[in-house]
Amino acid sequence: MSISVSTTVNGDAVDFICNPEESLLDALRGRLGLTGSKEGCGTGDCGACSVTLNGRLVCSCLVLAVEAEGAEIGTVEGLASADRLHPLQQAFLDHAALQCGVCTPGILVAAKALLEKNPDPSDEDVRYWLAGNLCRCTGYDKIVRAVQSAAAQMRSA
Amino acid sequence: MRYEKPQTVAEAARLLTAEKGLTRILAGGTDVLVQLKAGMVEPELVVDIKALPGLRSIVSEAGGFRIGAAVSGAQLGEDAEVRALWPGVVEATNLIGSTQVQGRATMAGNLCNASPAADSVPALVAAGAVARIAGPGAARDVPVEAIPVGPGKTALKRGEFITSIFLPARPARSGDAYLRFIPRTEMDIAVASAAVSLTLDEGGTITAARVALGAVAPTVRLVEAAAAAIVGTKLEDAAVAKLAAACSAACSPIDDKRGTIEFRTEVAGVLAKRAARIAYTRAGGQA
Repeated sequence: MSISVSTTVNGDAVDFICNPEESLLDALRGRLGLTGSKEGCGTGDCGACSVTLNGRLVCSCLVLAVEAEGAEIGTVEGLASADRLHPLQQAFLDHAALQCGVCTPGILVAAKALLEKNPDPSDEDVRYWLAGNLCRCTGYDKIVRAVQSAAAQMRSA
Repeated sequence: MRYEKPQTVAEAARLLTAEKGLTRILAGGTDVLVQLKAGMVEPELVVDIKALPGLRSIVSEAGGFRIGAAVSGAQLGEDAEVRALWPGVVEATNLIGSTQVQGRATMAGNLCNASPAADSVPALVAAGAVARIAGPGAARDVPVEAIPVGPGKTALKRGEFITSIFLPARPARSGDAYLRFIPRTEMDIAVASAAVSLTLDEGGTITAARVALGAVAPTVRLVEAAAAAIVGTKLEDAAVAKLAAACSAACSPIDDKRGTIEFRTEVAGVLAKRAARIAYTRAGGQA
């Protein structure tokens, strides 16, 4: 059974057809070609598939694609504007806060959601907020530093 | 698998009752989607209850709060009034999973998943929370402790589902708290847990208490003997020792890689002791 879904992704109205058991992550990647969101675990443990759903940070692997009907989705593809990286993306490059990069899109989306809620987080706030984003390369210190650097820059902007 | 998103409770009950095969309710989906993915369940029908009236709202009622079954942990945690009245329930719910999981996971789902280690459930039981159940018949209200009947099993009948959880009003000088033991600081499942809710008189003597334990029995357990051990006291050391002993005596845990029987039994008492002290302080008592 195929279901037609009308939704908004990064501000753009989009339609796609999906199966009822299909996850939002699979629809984003397979139906819409938005491959920034990654599948790490597929069970909501790693956060590599993090997106926002009506402003709320979620794992897109734990959302059915049909639930996107009428919703507003935000993915990593929506962070940069034209040829300008988001301050978080630039900070991750400047601080070498990634190695293999698989976790990075999810962490960027999660960190953006944090800074919208709390523009001046403590390191502890950042670590707790990102506890559901697993990185097997960096050891997290560089990630926390990059988030704090972007936060400082965004506060002064 | 069919997916339906009914607009009324009656329609949801009709869909669930009419389906002969396996059905699943979808609210936050943080347990259901994992089970689907793993092939643990292969439902014919998934009913998304998020469009039902009131399912995503928190409403003041009779001095307490009616929490819609699809209210996420994040939404609950942002409600300053609920946090002020039932801090233990909110902190327990907010311990479930990551920020991402909090964006979707619900108390009602945590209750219906019926894990003995569910974090919100001991706090709900201690709070005397009541689940409102819809289904083919008239809606009925059931104390939350009557919902889980074993690991993964609930008392809900065919076609029934929870539409809200009611957190009651409470007298002045009341407090609650929830603590769990996990081997790390975040993102883990309780090895043992305890929730305490209590009320004091003007002199600081406990006049009423409820104590519930998690992860130490097939279901979350309400321990009346533990509550009785502290009622009439000011939580002096002797009373606290009796509370802990009553909690340990109520444990019948499993032995697994996450904790031994001895460890869980001991720690449940310790956690109850500490949770009681926090609840007492929140109620305004001088510990």
